[in-house]
Amino acid sequence: MTLELRIALTHLTSRKRQTVMSLLGIALGVAFFMAVSSLMRGSERDFIKRLIDSAPHITISDEVRSPPQPPVVSFYPGGAVALRGLKPRTETRGIRGYKQKLAWIAAQRGVRVAPVLSGQAILTFAGKEQGITLNGIVPQLMQGVSDIDEKIVAGSLDAVASNPNGIIIGRGLARKLYLDMGDNVTVSSPIGQVRSMKIVGLFETGTTAIDEGHGYVLLKRAQALFGRMDRANRLVIQLDDPYAAPQLAAAIEARIGYRSESWQEASQNLMSVLLIRNIIMYSVVSAILVVASFGIFNVISTVVMEKQRDVAILKSIGFHARDVQRIFLAEGVLIGAVGSMLGVGLGYGLIAILGVVKIQPPGMTDAINLPVYWGLDQLALAALFAVGSATIAAYLPARKAGRVYPVDILRGGMA
Amino acid sequence: MSEVLRAEAVTRVLPGPLPVTLVRDATLSIGRGEFVCIQGPSGSGKSSLLYLLGLLDVPTSGKIWLDAVDTSGFGEDELAQVRLEKLGFVFQFHFLLAEFTALENVMLPMTRLGRLPAAEQRARAKMLLADLGMGEHLDKRPDQLSGGQRQRVAIARAMANEPLVILADEPTGNLDTTSSANVKQIMSEMVHGRNKTIIAVTHDPEFARAGDRIIRIVDGRIVSDG
Repeated sequence: MTLELRIALTHLTSRKRQTVMSLLGIALGVAFFMAVSSLMRGSERDFIKRLIDSAPHITISDEVRSPPQPPVVSFYPGGAVALRGLKPRTETRGIRGYKQKLAWIAAQRGVRVAPVLSGQAILTFAGKEQGITLNGIVPQLMQGVSDIDEKIVAGSLDAVASNPNGIIIGRGLARKLYLDMGDNVTVSSPIGQVRSMKIVGLFETGTTAIDEGHGYVLLKRAQALFGRMDRANRLVIQLDDPYAAPQLAAAIEARIGYRSESWQEASQNLMSVLLIRNIIMYSVVSAILVVASFGIFNVISTVVMEKQRDVAILKSIGFHARDVQRIFLAEGVLIGAVGSMLGVGLGYGLIAILGVVKIQPPGMTDAINLPVYWGLDQLALAALFAVGSATIAAYLPARKAGRVYPVDILRGGMA
Repeated sequence: MSEVLRAEAVTRVLPGPLPVTLVRDATLSIGRGEFVCIQGPSGSGKSSLLYLLGLLDVPTSGKIWLDAVDTSGFGEDELAQVRLEKLGFVFQFHFLLAEFTALENVMLPMTRLGRLPAAEQRARAKMLLADLGMGEHLDKRPDQLSGGQRQRVAIARAMANEPLVILADEPTGNLDTTSSANVKQIMSEMVHGRNKTIIAVTHDPEFARAGDRIIRIVDGRIVSDG
């Protein structure tokens, strides 16, 4: 142990009560920092997990990010080109050649992909009409990219495959129109196609907008209804590694030209909210540690005042100003480090308690444990911040101690 | 006798709205192995002169040579290093670290200098304390020692790094007659037995008589030297 550290320890142990209070301040600060951080990070991860599990990791739509430039603009880049009366070519909406694109994407490692053709349709039953989003799907492929199969409460997704005129609707819609399994409904598309379809399944997601406003039919049936043969307007992709989505989405977009959106891009607003929430959370819990470091400032300032005579002795013996500074800085670091160690133990205890607390969020039927995060990174961050703020708090009194002019103290005798 | 310390036209003025001259134009030379006592009335500038000679304070004008080295251009850290290596101090109120034992207090300058391994530092500190009759009190803290014993620990600490000069500010000022006589005897032995140089400020005429030379100072000015 260095001499400075030994002297620092004797100073702290000679003021036990104040030292213990400072340690408690840091320990509680670190513990609360960890507990709040664990809750926030836990809920964030839980939220992202739900997002990843329930939504496609990448969605390819029948849009392009920037409309294609007329050849003359590409030919004269930067030139003053003006085109008037330009009329885009009329073509059937949807992803052209989606099967080839689907095959290429499916050949990528760790990727599952399914085509979807969505459009608006009107469901009619017993004189009642309800507008819905009708999704044309390939059930076997859809099972690989969506959890819709798990949400089916009556019938099955495969029933759509075996019955080309089968439709699966939400339980909310069924309730609204007094429908049940096996009932026939009329489905009308915007281009005037009308089909009678049989309800072969009911699903329930818990989200009213989906349960009352969505229906699933076979892709081929949707293509016929919307008059878009051999087209899909969405390719939905699920990945083994959801966090690789932005890179793969960019690669797919570069390859096939259609807008390819990762779940991160699609949830950008939510991600911003999470970021802001994290900034607020870390500001608040850091404030606890900053307040605790004021306690350290007080203790070390008092020690410096009390130990001026010792400082004068050390300087007369030949200690440099920086040696004296190191003694008092070491006191701050010691309080910060020991307080952090205590706080980490206390913090893990708090996290363990929070982890067994059960809550029942609105819209959910089962009670769940508070989502907590056990990562070591928040421990390191809390300890680092605590030791840092303790060191900064100790710096000012330490600098003052280093500037003590021994003669001023020695002249005062016993002072 | 070779010169170990020299002051030339040293003046120390405390700045302020009403500047106070503590030491005025002091010139003196101290040889190796001399026992010099500085005497004078209270407030005459004895301690101020001692602090200047001990490089604890810096003169407003004039120069001080220690071991033939001009210290006038030295910064705070350089002066601290010179004090550590070449000077030892004994103060009126012992000034030991209260939380450290006698042995640890004596080891302090050696540990800071770091020239000896820890075991040798300990052995030397024990030897110094034993030589001063403190062999039985190595592990006692200052508050467990008498005034005379504390002063002996302070003397041992001053000698820890084998200094060229020991500077003592009223070393017997706070001691009873027996302890004063004991400290005087120790210091006298250090000069005559171990060829150490001692500069001591004292009010005590008995103590001053042990010195080889008395410098008298009045109103910051040296009025006699011999």
